[in-house]
Amino acid sequence: MTQVARKPAAPGAEPVATRPVRRLLPSRRLERTLAVLTPVGLLLIWELAARAGAIDTRFFPAPSSIFHQMGVLAQSGELWTNTWASLRRLFIGFWVGLVPGLALGIAMGLYRPVRAALQPLVSGTYPIPKSALLPLILLIFGLDEPSKIVMVAIGVFYPVALNTAAGVANVSPIYYDVASNFGASRWNVFRKVAIPGAMPSILTGIELGVGLGLILIAIAEMVGAQSGLGYMIWNAWQVYSVETMYVGLLVIAVIGYLLALLLGAIGARLTPWRNGK
Amino acid sequence: MTVDEGRDVASTTGPAAAVSDKDPADVHISIRGLTKQFDVRGSTVTALDSLDLDIPRGQFLVIVGPSGCGKTTLLRMLAALESPTSGAVEVRHGGEGRPGNSMVFQGDSIFPWMSVWDNAAFGLTMRGVPRAEIRESVGHYLEKTGLSAFADAYPHQLSGGMRQRVSIARAFANDPDVLLMDEPFSALDEQNKTLLQAELLRIWDETRKTVVFITHSVDEAVTLADRIMVMSAQPGQAKAFVDVPFERPRDVLELRHLEEYGDIVYDIWQHLRDEVSRSQRQAAAAPATGRRRRR
Repeated sequence: MTQVARKPAAPGAEPVATRPVRRLLPSRRLERTLAVLTPVGLLLIWELAARAGAIDTRFFPAPSSIFHQMGVLAQSGELWTNTWASLRRLFIGFWVGLVPGLALGIAMGLYRPVRAALQPLVSGTYPIPKSALLPLILLIFGLDEPSKIVMVAIGVFYPVALNTAAGVANVSPIYYDVASNFGASRWNVFRKVAIPGAMPSILTGIELGVGLGLILIAIAEMVGAQSGLGYMIWNAWQVYSVETMYVGLLVIAVIGYLLALLLGAIGARLTPWRNGK
Repeated sequence: MTVDEGRDVASTTGPAAAVSDKDPADVHISIRGLTKQFDVRGSTVTALDSLDLDIPRGQFLVIVGPSGCGKTTLLRMLAALESPTSGAVEVRHGGEGRPGNSMVFQGDSIFPWMSVWDNAAFGLTMRGVPRAEIRESVGHYLEKTGLSAFADAYPHQLSGGMRQRVSIARAFANDPDVLLMDEPFSALDEQNKTLLQAELLRIWDETRKTVVFITHSVDEAVTLADRIMVMSAQPGQAKAFVDVPFERPRDVLELRHLEEYGDIVYDIWQHLRDEVSRSQRQAAAAPATGRRRRR
């Protein structure tokens, strides 16, 4: 689209010939190029600085050596085993946290007595750093898989429960009036009004929860685990393989980014009315 | 049917009394002693005070009154969204399997998460009407409201006037026995308002359903109504009834040209003047006991 601007004409003045205005904002393509260019440029500077000896490669190994290490770990299978272990825990923990979080959030949003009874408890325990719960969780659930899954579940549960409750409670009362006036059954009120009305808020809760779950799985795997990306990073520190540490960080970053993309796409499917808004 | 006595229901134009002495079979909605009180910060506020009213079948009744006179409360009680403190509303149901009433709400009330089509089909879907019937009815009313091309659009893509058209289509498509309209055009600009009034009358002329329509606009009342009820400021009571004799179908613009139009508008303003200033004094004296907030 071309934009055409007119100089403000003085009263009675001749209309000034129009001319296209130079775009002030960079185009989409330029933005995308910049988004890729920045990290690539940084890596390049890093690489050059490492080779020139300008930075201490004991702490900041050259990107080329990190990628090389990545290849080594991929070939030995170690990278896949650990990535898979983390993803599996994340996936199971996600559902273990999501289902009760949704159920409780909806109940709290719909029914005032439930909210009155549970809101202080949930809001009160929410600010406890979840990582501080790890020793207790290890004590209760042991060093095996369940403790890792529970950590992820706790991370997912809180934001989902609180955001769902707020979302359901904040659906404008006029929509319930409409539903009632047009004879909607309780089930339809739930399905057609409460849930879609709260959906944007629920999705925000899930996004926050997944982010928190990713943090917690890395922490949980650093203590007492024998697999997972968190374990890989911790182990790398112990055997002083800084490159492996960076590989772990890189993989976690990529997982987080891909999960955000996935959730964004799912969110767009679940709330088609917000597209192009 | 007994007519209540002792209250000053001013009947300005002869036959239009609160309670008709016509054939009772003709009465569609019968309201007796309807009272609604709210508790506002410990004190009781009477929103509506023992209202008596008969609405004949097929009448387009418009209620005007100062803000806070209990118009919306009355409508919500007719819609069974609120229950009266005392008194009764009796609706003589005329339809076979037809819903009792459908309401066009004030402001945005269509679901942002449903397409225009799904919004308009809402009542029918909730009642489990067969698909083919839904398609026919919704298609008809979307066409009547000029929304056919926007059936798949979402409300946020529409203008305020179009969103209110969806709300009207939703109510008409539901084919209710009674249509309740709560200041449906109050948020619209003057041109859109006039346009929608004309559209409403055109659609209404097809079926001539009983309508109870609330507005604070005197012009709107005279344009649309068969009969106008002027309400007093809090506590809400029927202050006067005015018949609007214009022929139907009406031309919304030509109507304003008529001498009688101005007379009726003037007449209603006479009734309203005292009430409006009284409601303003009330609001100034006790700002806390104004309109009750829901929830």
